[in-house]
Amino acid sequence: MSTLKVPVGPEDHVEGSDYAPVTLVEYGDYECPHCSVAFGIVPRVQQHFGDKLRFVFRNFPLTQIHPEAEPAAETAEFAGAQGKFWPMHGQLFENQVNLGPELYQELAADLDLNPADLTHALENETFTKRVREDFSGGVRSGVNGTPTFFINGQRHNGPFDFETLVKAIEAALPAD
Amino acid sequence: MSSILNAGTPAPDFSLHVTPDQKLALSELRGKPVVLAFYPADWSPVCGDQMALYNEILSEFQKRDAELLGISVDGVWCHAAFSKDRKLHFPLLADFEPKGAVANQYGAYREADGVTERALFVIDKDGIIRWSYCSPIGVNPGADGILDALDALQSKGAK
Repeated sequence: MSTLKVPVGPEDHVEGSDYAPVTLVEYGDYECPHCSVAFGIVPRVQQHFGDKLRFVFRNFPLTQIHPEAEPAAETAEFAGAQGKFWPMHGQLFENQVNLGPELYQELAADLDLNPADLTHALENETFTKRVREDFSGGVRSGVNGTPTFFINGQRHNGPFDFETLVKAIEAALPAD
Repeated sequence: MSSILNAGTPAPDFSLHVTPDQKLALSELRGKPVVLAFYPADWSPVCGDQMALYNEILSEFQKRDAELLGISVDGVWCHAAFSKDRKLHFPLLADFEPKGAVANQYGAYREADGVTERALFVIDKDGIIRWSYCSPIGVNPGADGILDALDALQSKGAK
C-alpha cells in the first residue's frame, strides 16, 4: 500500500483547516486533461465536507508528454510566493487549452503580479527546485500518474469521480 | 493472479527484440542492477501511465546505475510507435513470439487475458531477483517500491 512520504507542512498550498480530520492531497499536472476534470470535482468535494476536509495541491508535471506542465507549475509557484497560488491554480486549469508564455503573462497581470518578474523567475528557474521536490516526494510516495490522490496519507486507487471520492473520504472520517 | 518469482530466485535469462532488427539479452546487462517492468499493453488511455511515469524518473534509475526494461506482449512495431509517441528513453521488449513466453517464466503471464501482469522485478548485478511485486492489473504500481529496492541493493553493496 503506497503512503504519503512527505507530510503536509508549512511549504504546502493548503485550503481548509489544519484541524480538519481528513486531508486530501492531490498530485497534479496543469496540462493533464484528467487533472482538469478533477479540478471540476475537488471544489464540490470540499463544499460537501466543509471544515472536515483540508485540501493540498502538489506538483507532478509529466514533462515528457506535457511540454507546458513545468512552466505552468512554476507560474503557479510564482503566484504562490506572493500569496496568490489558488487563484493562479484555478486560472491555469480554466485555461488549460491555452497554456503557454502569453497566457502566463496575461494571468500574472490579471492577478496584479508583475509579468516581468514572472519572465525572470521562469528564465532563472527560480521555482524549478520547488517543483522538483514536489515531484520527487510524489514518486517516493507511489504517485503513479496524474491526478493521484492521498486521503489521510493513503493512496486512493479508485476512480476520482465525486461519489467515489466522497465515499473514500467518509471512510476516513473518524466516527462521531 | 499468477504467482510471480520471488526474491532470491535467479532471474531466467531471455533474449527479446528491442527494435525490429535488434535483440537484447538479460545476461548482457550482468554487472548492473536491472529493473524489469512487465505491463499489460502499450497505449493505455491515461496520462502518466506506468511507462510514461518511469520515463519521467529515468534519472532516478540512472543515479542508481540501474537499467530499466519495459516488457509486454506487444510486437516490435507497436512498441516502436508507442515509444516514439510517448518519447520513451528506455527499451521496450517484445514478448511476442512465442507470446508471453518470458512472462510465463517469471510467473507473470495472464493466460486468460493473453497479457502480462503488472509485475516488477529488481534484479541485482549478479542476475538474482532481489525484489518482486505484482500489482492488481488495474493499478499502476508507481515507482516507490522499485526505488526502495534499488536503494536496499546499494546499501547492501556498500557493506
